[in-house]
Amino acid sequence: MEYRVAQLEALGRFLDEKKQDILEATAADMGKPPFEAEFSEILLCKNELHETLNNLSTWMKDEHVDRNLVTQLDSAFIRKDPYGVVLIIGPWNYPIHLILVPLIGAIAAGNCVIVKPSEMTKNSERLVAEVLPTYLDNDCFAVVTAGVQETTGLLENKFDYIFFTGNPTVGRIMMTAAAKHLTPVTLELGGKNPCYVSDTCDVQNVARRVAWGRFFNAGQTCIAPDYVLCSVEMQEKLLPALSKAIAEFYGPNPQESPDFGRIVGDKHFQRVQKLLGSGRVAIGGQTDEKERYIAPTVLADVLPSDSIMQEEIFGPVLPIVTVANVDEAIALINSHEQPLAVYAFSSDDKVVNQVLERTSSGGFCGNDTLMHVTLTSLPFGGMGTSGLGMYHGKFTFDTFTHHRGCLHRSMGREALNTLRYPPYSQHKLGIVRAASEVKRKGACTLL
Amino acid sequence: MSLHAELVSCLRAAWLSGKTRPMEYRMAQLEALGRFLGEKHQDILEATAADMGKPPFEVELSEISICRSELNHTLNNLSTWMKDEHVEKNWATQLDSAFIRKDPYGVVLIIGPWNYPINLLLVPLIGAIAAGNCVVMKPSEISRNVEKLVAEMLPRYLDQECFAVVTAGVQETTRLLENKFDYIFFTGSPSVGRIVMTAAAKHLTPVTLELGGKNPCYVSDTCDVQNVARRVAWGRFFNAGQTCVAPDYVLCSVEMQEKLLPALREAITEFYGPNPRESPDFARIVGDRQFQRVQALLGSGRVAIGGETDAEARYIAPTVLVDVQQEDPVMQEEIFGPILPILTVASMDDAIAFMNARERPLALYVFSSCKKVVSRVLECTSSGGFCANDTIMHMTLMSLPFGGIGQSGIGHYHGRSSFETFSHRRSALLRGAGREALNTLRYPPYSPSRLPLLRAATEHRRTSCTLL
Repeated sequence: MEYRVAQLEALGRFLDEKKQDILEATAADMGKPPFEAEFSEILLCKNELHETLNNLSTWMKDEHVDRNLVTQLDSAFIRKDPYGVVLIIGPWNYPIHLILVPLIGAIAAGNCVIVKPSEMTKNSERLVAEVLPTYLDNDCFAVVTAGVQETTGLLENKFDYIFFTGNPTVGRIMMTAAAKHLTPVTLELGGKNPCYVSDTCDVQNVARRVAWGRFFNAGQTCIAPDYVLCSVEMQEKLLPALSKAIAEFYGPNPQESPDFGRIVGDKHFQRVQKLLGSGRVAIGGQTDEKERYIAPTVLADVLPSDSIMQEEIFGPVLPIVTVANVDEAIALINSHEQPLAVYAFSSDDKVVNQVLERTSSGGFCGNDTLMHVTLTSLPFGGMGTSGLGMYHGKFTFDTFTHHRGCLHRSMGREALNTLRYPPYSQHKLGIVRAASEVKRKGACTLL
Repeated sequence: MSLHAELVSCLRAAWLSGKTRPMEYRMAQLEALGRFLGEKHQDILEATAADMGKPPFEVELSEISICRSELNHTLNNLSTWMKDEHVEKNWATQLDSAFIRKDPYGVVLIIGPWNYPINLLLVPLIGAIAAGNCVVMKPSEISRNVEKLVAEMLPRYLDQECFAVVTAGVQETTRLLENKFDYIFFTGSPSVGRIVMTAAAKHLTPVTLELGGKNPCYVSDTCDVQNVARRVAWGRFFNAGQTCVAPDYVLCSVEMQEKLLPALREAITEFYGPNPRESPDFARIVGDRQFQRVQALLGSGRVAIGGETDAEARYIAPTVLVDVQQEDPVMQEEIFGPILPILTVASMDDAIAFMNARERPLALYVFSSCKKVVSRVLECTSSGGFCANDTIMHMTLMSLPFGGIGQSGIGHYHGRSSFETFSHRRSALLRGAGREALNTLRYPPYSPSRLPLLRAATEHRRTSCTLL
C-alpha cells in the first residue's frame, strides 16, 4: 500500500507544481478558459485523489463474506488483486482529467500502467509525455505518444485491462482488439444526451443550467446536454431566457469573452459548422474559422430527421426539437441509442421520475446538467453505444481490481466432508442438502 | 438476415413495454423456474444420465440443489437488491437526492455449456430475470437430451413474450451472435470466448465470459495426506473430471508424491470400489470426440493409477499420471477428464514460479496445514478464485464472486453478483428547481476567487477541514 500511496501523492504534486503548465497547455490546445481548466482538469482530479488516498486502506482490505453451514468454521473472503499491466487511452476534450482519474484508480489498485494521451491536443500530450513520467516510478508507469496507426500497433500487445475514453467507432476497434487477448475493458464513449424541459419549470433557472452545461468547454463535453425537447410554448419562453443567460455569461459578443473556449481543431470546427444548417438559428450562429470560434448557438424548430440530430454535436450548438408532451419526448429519446446522460427539468417531481423510469442511459440528472459526475460516490459510465463499465471514486479502484473469491478451509474436520464423497446414498444426499441448500424465507415450518 | 432476428426483435418490443420491470413480475417468473426444477426433477436426472452418465447424486447436488439455493437466495433478497442505493453527497448536493438506480440492460443472451447443462444455464438466467431483463437462452447442442428438455419444457414455465430458448450448433450460433444483444453471458472454452467477445464488440455489448484453464493444485509437505488425497480425488473425478474448477494438475515434492500415490489409490477405491467401471457413482465422457481427446492425453508420463478406457461406454478410469514433464501433451490443454497428472517441484517457490509462468487459471488450490504457506501462495499468484485445503468448495458459497481472470474469463456471478452482472448501475442526481443562488458560483463570468469555494462545495464532506 505504501508504494501505491507514494505514487498517488506524486500525482498530487504533479497537479500542484504543474498547474500553470496545465492551464497554458489547455489554453493553447483549445482556448480553455483558465477557470474551466482549473475546475475540470485540476480540482476534480484532486477530489478523486483525496477520496482515494483517504480510503485506500479500507478498499484494499479483504472483504469477509457470509458463510453457509458447511463453511461456517472456514475463512471466506474477497481478495482485491490487481490485474497487471493496464493501458489507459485518453481523449482530447479533458486531456488531463480523463487520463489522470483512471490512472488514479489503476495505481490505487496496484497495477502497472501505460498511458496514451490524445495526439489531437498536442500541448497537453507533450506535457503528459515529458513531465508526468518524472513524477512516477518509470519501472512501472510509462507514457507513450501515438497517432491512429501506431495506436493500432500498440493494441496488438497483450494488456491485462484496457480503459478507453473516446467515440463509439473507435470503442468498437478497442473492444475487438481486446477480444483477441480476452482483455477486459472499460469504454467511456458518447452519444446524444437529451434534455427534456417540461412546461412546469422556472424558465430562467433552466436556461442558465442548460446553457452552462452546453457551452462549458465550447460544448466539447461527453455529458453536455446535446439537444432540448420541449413543447412549442416552452420553446417560445426558453429562447429569450437562453439569450439572456448567454449574455449574462459571455457578454454581448462571446468572441471577446475570456470565459468561452474554442474548437480543438480544423476538422472538428468544419464538422460542427456544417451542423448550423439544421432548423433555424435563433441565437448566435457566428463563426470565425481562423480562431476556430463558434458562437454559443441555439437552433429552433429542429426536426428529428435533420442532420444535427444524426450525430453527437460536441460543439456549442443547442438544437431545440419540439414535442407535444412528455410521452412523445420519452418515445423520441428511446428511439435513439442509449446516451451517456439523460436530463429532465421540471418543478414536478413526478415528471422527472417518469423520465427517469421510462428511459435508459448511463446516468441521469434532474433539474441540472453535468453535476451528477462531480459526485465521486456516483458511478460514471455509459450503456449500449455510450459505453461499457464505470468509474469515479471507489468505482475506479473496483474497475482495476480483480475480485478474487477465496475460501480457506481446515486440513482436518474430514468427517464433515465424507457426506459428499462416493459411494453416494440417498441418506447422505438428504443431509448434504439440508446443510447446504438455502431455504425460501417465510417458508412455513412447524418448529 | 441474422438468425432469429425476428425473435430478438419481439423480445426487444416486450422489453420496451416495461413488462419485466415490476418486482412482482420477476418473482413470478423465478417461482415458475422453481416449479420447473421441482416438476421436471426426474426428467433432469434422466437427461443428464443419458447425456454423460451423470450419477443422480451428483445431479442433485451440482445441478438441482445449487439452482434451488440460488433461486431461494434471490427470491429472499430481490426487493433489497432492487432498491435505489443512496450515496454520500458533497456540500453542493447536500439538499439533493443522489442514488444508484439498478436498471436492466434489456435483451440478454445466455449461452450454456454441456458439462453442467442445467446449472450453468439456469444460474445466470436467475440473475438475468431478477435484474429485469428479457432473455434468449442457448443450451449446449452437445448435451442433446438436456438441450431437448430445456428447449421443450422450460418455455412452458416462463412468459414466452420475454423469454425464449433457441437451439443452435456452431454455425447457427455465429449467426445468432450477429443480432444486437444488450448483454451476453457465455460459459465455455477460451477460444469460443474470443469469438463471442469479438461479435459483442461490433455492437459494444458488455459480456461476462466464464472460461477455463489448467487449475493448479499445490500440495505442500505439511499436510494430512489422506485428507488431501480424498479432497483432490473428489474434485478431480466428480462428473468424470468435466468441471471447469476441477484441480487440473498437482505440484508437489518428490517425497510428497511418494505418499500421495498410495493415498490417492486408497481414496479412489473408497469412492468407486476396485473396479470403477462398475460403480454407479462415476460418470462418463460426454461424447466420442471429447473421449478421444482425453484418451490421447493418457500417453503423457506414466500411468500410476487407472488408465483403463472403453470407447463404447466412453469410460475413462480415474487415472493418476506421474513423471509428467511440462512439455507433455497433458500439460498443454485443460484436461477436462478424469486424469490427474502429478509434477514434482523442488520447493514452494518453484511451484509458485511454475504456476505464474502459465495462463491465469479459474481456480488455484493449495493444501497445507501451515497458514504461512497458504498466504504466500495466495499473495504471489493470480487466479479467478482460490481455495485452500479443499477443491471446488469456494464456488458453492454464493457470497463469493465466481469468475476468471485473463484467459479464464471476464466478469463474475453467483448470488447477488449475478443480479449485479445483469444490472446497469445508473447514477441519478435529482436537484431542486430553485436554489439558483448556489449555482452562480460556477457560472461565467468566471472569477478565480470562487475556485476555493467550488472545491469546498464538491469535495466529500468528511475530508474538508473547517474552522467553523
